[in-house]
Parts: sequence; C-alpha cells; structure tokens
Amino acid sequence: MLADSLSRLLADRCDPALRMKVAYAAPYHSPELWAALVEMGALHALVDEDHGGFGGAGFDIATVFEALGAALCPEPVLPALLAARLLVAAGADAGPLLAGDLRYAVGLFEMDGTALDEIETTADGGRLTGRKSVVYGGPGADRFLIVARDGARLSLHEVAASDAQVLPYAMIDGGGAAEVILDAAPARLLMADAGAAVQDALDAGALALSAEALGGMETALALTVDYLKQRRQFGRPIGSNQALQHRTVELVTEIAQARSIVILAASRMGTADQSRSVSMCKHLCGRVAQRVAEEAIQMHGGIAMTWEAPVSHYAKRLVMIDAQLGDADHHLHRVMAGLQAV
Amino acid sequence: MDLSFTPEEEAFRAEVRAFMADDLSPETAAKVREGRTLSKRDMEDYHAALYARGWLAPSWPAAYGGAGWTPVQKHIFDEEAARASAPRLVPFGIAMLAPVLFKFGTQEQRDYYLPRILDGTDWWCQGYSEPGAGSDLAGLKTRAVRDGDHYIVNGQKTWTTLGQHADWIFCLVRTKADGKPQEGISFLLIDMKTPGVEVRPIRLIEGGHEVNEVFLTDVRVPVGNLVGGENQGWTIAKYLLTHERNNIAGVGFSTQAFESLLTHARHPRRSGRRLIDDPLFAARLARIEVDLEAMKITNLRLVVAGQSAGAPGVESSILKIKGVEVRQALNDLARRALGPAAAPFPSEDLDGNAAIVPADQAGNAAEYFNNRKMSIYGGSNEIQKNILAKAMLGL
Ligand SMILES: Cc1cc2nc3c(=O)[nH]c(=O)nc-3n(C[C@H](O)[C@H](O)[C@H](O)COP(=O)(O)OP(=O)(O)OC[C@H]3O[C@@H](n4cnc5c(N)ncnc54)[C@H](O)[C@@H]3O)c2cc1C
Repeated sequence: MLADSLSRLLADRCDPALRMKVAYAAPYHSPELWAALVEMGALHALVDEDHGGFGGAGFDIATVFEALGAALCPEPVLPALLAARLLVAAGADAGPLLAGDLRYAVGLFEMDGTALDEIETTADGGRLTGRKSVVYGGPGADRFLIVARDGARLSLHEVAASDAQVLPYAMIDGGGAAEVILDAAPARLLMADAGAAVQDALDAGALALSAEALGGMETALALTVDYLKQRRQFGRPIGSNQALQHRTVELVTEIAQARSIVILAASRMGTADQSRSVSMCKHLCGRVAQRVAEEAIQMHGGIAMTWEAPVSHYAKRLVMIDAQLGDADHHLHRVMAGLQAV
Repeated sequence: MDLSFTPEEEAFRAEVRAFMADDLSPETAAKVREGRTLSKRDMEDYHAALYARGWLAPSWPAAYGGAGWTPVQKHIFDEEAARASAPRLVPFGIAMLAPVLFKFGTQEQRDYYLPRILDGTDWWCQGYSEPGAGSDLAGLKTRAVRDGDHYIVNGQKTWTTLGQHADWIFCLVRTKADGKPQEGISFLLIDMKTPGVEVRPIRLIEGGHEVNEVFLTDVRVPVGNLVGGENQGWTIAKYLLTHERNNIAGVGFSTQAFESLLTHARHPRRSGRRLIDDPLFAARLARIEVDLEAMKITNLRLVVAGQSAGAPGVESSILKIKGVEVRQALNDLARRALGPAAAPFPSEDLDGNAAIVPADQAGNAAEYFNNRKMSIYGGSNEIQKNILAKAMLGL
C-alpha cells in the first residue's frame, strides 16, 4: 500500500527540522528527499494507469497529500500534480515528469490577478510574452507549462526554463516560488483550447492542498494536545483548564468536518460535481486550517512564536495554504454561484 | 456623554501632527509602514526628538520632566503617532520602570535612573518571564542570595524583548524559598554589563529577532539596586500591571491599518477590478470597521473612567482583549488582501523590478504572524478573561 510506505519514508526522512534546514533558502527543498519520493512512486500515484501512473483518482491524490502535509514535507509535489494533469489532458508525455527526469512548474496567475479571466500572457507565432507570478516550484524547474490568453480562450504551452527569466525566492511558510518573465519566449503549443483542462488541474490542485492542510491540522492538533498535557503552570498541566479543553475539542470537531469534506470532494473527482465539491472542500479546509493554526499558537503560548518550535512552521503552512489556488472567499463564491444558477 | 474633543484638544492634535511632520524621520516612518526592522539608532533618534520636545514621558510628574498630559491628550498623541507611522516607544524604561520608581523607589534611585531614561543613556528591558514561569509568574526560580553588600543572582529569564539593545534589565527574582511563592519575590535592577549576564537571541516565527534569553550566572548586584523592600516584588509587579496600561487597545495603530487596507482595496487592479467590490471581502472589512468604531468609543469611555478613578482597573483587560482582536483581524485581512502575493518572504530579491506588491505591504504576512504574540504577552487573553471573571463578575 503506497500510503503506508509513503508515511514510513516521510517518518524516516522528513520532519519539521528538515523543513527548517532546506525550505527557506535555495533550492527550497531537499533534492535527496525528492529523489526518494520519485523512486517510491509518489508521483506515479497521481496519474492513472493509461498514462504511465498507477493511481490518479481523487483518493490517491488525497492520500499522498495528506501524508505530505502531516510531515510538513517541503517537496514541490503540487506543481508536479498540476503539470502531470495538464500533460495528460494535452495528450503529451508525462513519462519524464513521473520518472523524475524533468521537473515541471505551472504558470497560471499573474501579478495582482487571481482569476483565470485576468490572465494577460499572450501567444504570438509560437512565442509567449507575459509574467507569471508566485509560480510554486519555479526555482529549479526544467520546464514551465504556461497558460496564455487568446481572445476568450485559454491556451497551454510548454517553455524551457532556459528560455524564461526566472526570479526565485522563498515563501514565508517555506518552499520556493518564482516570478517567470516571458519576453517572446519560444514555446511549444500543447492545447489551443485548454480552459476545461486548466479548471480540472485547478480542481485536482485544490483537492491536494485541502488534503495537505488536513494532514497538517492533525499534526498541529497532536502537538497541541501533547503540550497541553506536558506544560505546567499554576502547579498543574495547562490542559486541566476547561477553557482550553473546550477549545481543543472544538478543533477536533472542526477537523472531523474537514476530513469529511475532503472525502466528499475526492469521491466527486471525475463527476459532474467535481468543481463545486472541490470548492466546498477548499473553502472549509482553508477556514479550519487557519483556526487550527491560530489556536495551536495561542494555546502553546510564547513557545509557538519561535522559529525553533515545529508547531510554528505547521501554523505558517496552515495559514498560507489558503492563499494557494483560490482562498476561502474565492471558493465560497463558486459555491454560492451554484446556488444562484438555478 | 460628550464624545467631541474640546478646542484645546483639537489644537493639541494640530501640534502633534506638526511635530510628526517636522521631527519624525521619513526613513523611520517608511520602515514602520513597511514593517521593516528598526535599528537601535532609529528608535533612539525618535526618542531623542520626543525628549527635545518634552513629550517623552506623558504621565511622569512635571518635576521629573514629564509632560503632564491628561489621558485624552495621551490618546490624541497615540492616534497621531500611529497616523504618522511613528515607531512604538519602547515602554520598559518610561512606562514600566519609572512608575515603579515613583511609587516604590528611594529618592536616590529616582534621581539616578530617571534622568538617564529620559535622555536615552540607559535602555531598559523587562526580565519577568522564565522558561517555567509564563502565565504563572510567581513560579519564577531565578535566585538572588544576599552576600554582604551584594546579591548573587543565578537563573534564566526569557522572552526579553529588545534585550539585545539593553543596558539594564529589571528583574523579578526569588529571595525567599519557603512560604507562598508570591511572598518570596523581589524587584532587582541589574546592569547588563555585569559579568555573568549573557544574552542569546530567539528567532521568532516570521524570522525576526526581537526577543532573547538572558542567562544569569553568579551575577553580583549591589544591594542598593533593590527596589522596594526585600520580598515586596510581587506587590510591585501587581501595581505595574494595573497602573501602566498605556495605549493598551492600540486604537491608533488599528485606525491606521484600516485606512491603509481600505486604500489598497479601492485601488483598481490591472484588470480594472477592485477588491472592495468583492462582497465577501467588503463584508469582512465592514465588520472590522464596525468593531473599530465601537472600540474607539470603548477606549475613550474607559480612558475617561480611568481618569476619574485615578487608575485603570479591570477595564484594561477588556481593552486588551478587544483591542488585540481588532488588530489581529486587520492583520489577517491585510494578508488576505494580497492573495498568493502575500506568501513570498520579504527579501531584497523582491525589490525593484521583481517587486510583486507595494513596499508598504510586502510585510503583511510577516506582521500577521508576528502579531499573534499580542494575545499571548502582557497577560494572555485567557489570563485576562480569568481576571475579568473573578474581579469583575465575582465568578
Ligand atoms: C514576542 C513576545 C515578547 C515578550 N516579551 C517579554 C518581555 O519583554 N519580558 C518578559 O518578562 N516577558 C515577555 N514575554 C513573555 C510573555 O509575557 C509570556 O509569553 C506570557 O506570560 C505567557 O506565558 P507562556 O508563554 O509561558 O505561556 P503559558 O503560561 O505556558 O501558557 C500557555 C497557554 O496556556 C494558557 N493558560 C495558562 N494558564 C491558564 C489558566 N489558568 N487558564 C486558562 N488558560 C491558561 C495561556 O493563556 C496560553 O494560552 C514575551 C512573549 C512574547 C511571545
């Protein structure tokens, strides 16, 4: 079972200490851990058998990302998921990506625009011009999949990293991203009408991030419960205060809800309800993740305000995950639209 | 209740505004606006400007160089200072040690320490918390043992804010091992240059260095540095807790943060869309505006109540809880307003051409994380609620 071996690999080789060491400075992840994940098939689990993988269903994605989140894994698996999904949709070869021979990142959103209809990058005679902003996994990527606008349509292109200007930087919650600046960069057209494929990749990505958040929440909760039992003030464990007990139990119920919505969204992948279910999922997980992060810090007290405490790195990831691929409000709008459409 | 300011108060506001325009360094103000770390020098320069103007110590007696302001004047000053992006004055000397010396110090102590606080000779830090003594401060273990004319101090303080810049630290230390823990604590002034004092940095969640550990190993402190009597430290700490809650609600900072967020939200993006036209975002911001407007009045009401009672009482717990909630909500929204662009670590790599958000917002996420401290320090929200339940409601 992949989930078990993945969890074992991460338990052995990945913990918050690794993240502190590698995730905040170039190359923003651990190449050794990346190689180990590739070797054990973590990427293959994200793609179906017809396209060179051995998974690809909603539950495969959720399982992998929950494990990554629980271990606060700094590896750029999300960009690989998005890229694999797009390559498959375009009928292109995802083999080199799955084998770890080529690292891909996906350029979607642009400066100060967070919606697909705010994309302005243009494709002209096989050359791309525009700027993709906060491209996760951009540092060290060999190839970029770039979404461009052609009138009302979105098109998908592949660009070699050497043909783009890539400005890498660290994220506040760890991991690397980049500005990708394209100045008549030579590109290979993968899909002329990529709107549906892009939305599908976004859905898969939002499901993955929700599952990652779920894993992170579970660990943050466990760290907090441990600390409540261990830390003594006023001659007794701080966890003996009912005020804190109730709040911790509220987190348990919220996380139970988050798990349920992840299950729902995973089960709806590939159905007509995919997009709306994923939006419900990302909305709820974004909300709950922030609450768990803030409460974990507050109930730890000062110690959680330090870089050295693992819980602070979980908290940062849990809060910032909401900003990726549409925040809680963005996805609530999509849920609302479903109600208003009838 | 009359909520308008008197003509004298309005004139005072104009004076403060002019002072900020003339005497606050624009570089310092820009750093504050952009959430960048202030150097020791930046803070000292602002301190010196206020000192020169006679505005450094609003609540000290005039005989010691205090400004003799009313709480309302103090409130106006705080509002204007925040509007001008002035740095927060480091409170440890002016607002914490000084009131203790006025009430419990000897004449000699007042004459020596107070002028040095005013003119910036001595930078003070606060040595209360220890690894094992946070909310339960009386659990502190740092020992001071009498040896002739000295105390020999051994132990560890932690979370010492800006201790890396400090010349002196005021500490709560244990001078009696038996009896109730509260009864064996003393208030001791320690020169940080004394052999045996070691300061080590603590890195905070967002990467910054503002707090420290302070290790005390066989530190010899003259007996004359004791404030109040031996074992009177708890009384002093409690006095300080209820008397020095200046600007506790941070209304000025919140007002400033609200205005700048609103400006950003009204600014059209390249697509022509404005964040403020997103009804979900607008609802979030409007809710905060309502809270903030109420907060301003709550603050004034309690400031005025404190003015007539002579000292802020349990009301200060209400101001702290609600004031911090509003500030943290604003920090949350300022981070959200940037979407994915909030996530990059502020760094030189992202200046100039590579900048993805305006400089004054690049630190929004860092500030959100850093300000989670506000509901933890100075008596956590939970401890404030325990105080209110007991002292106000008799539960
Ligand atoms: C950035 C920062 C700067 C600081 N600066 C200074 C400084 O300059 N000088 C200084 O002396 N100290 C400073 N402090 C320390 C601060 O005052 C303590 O962090 C605070 O007192 C809380 O203590 P603690 O962190 O040990 O948490 P703990 O006391 O261990 O509390 C952990 C959690 O348990 C809760 N809790 C504890 N007891 C109860 C109870 N009875 N009922 C309900 N809940 C309870 C707390 O509210 C908190 O949520 C600073 C702290 C921070 C984070």
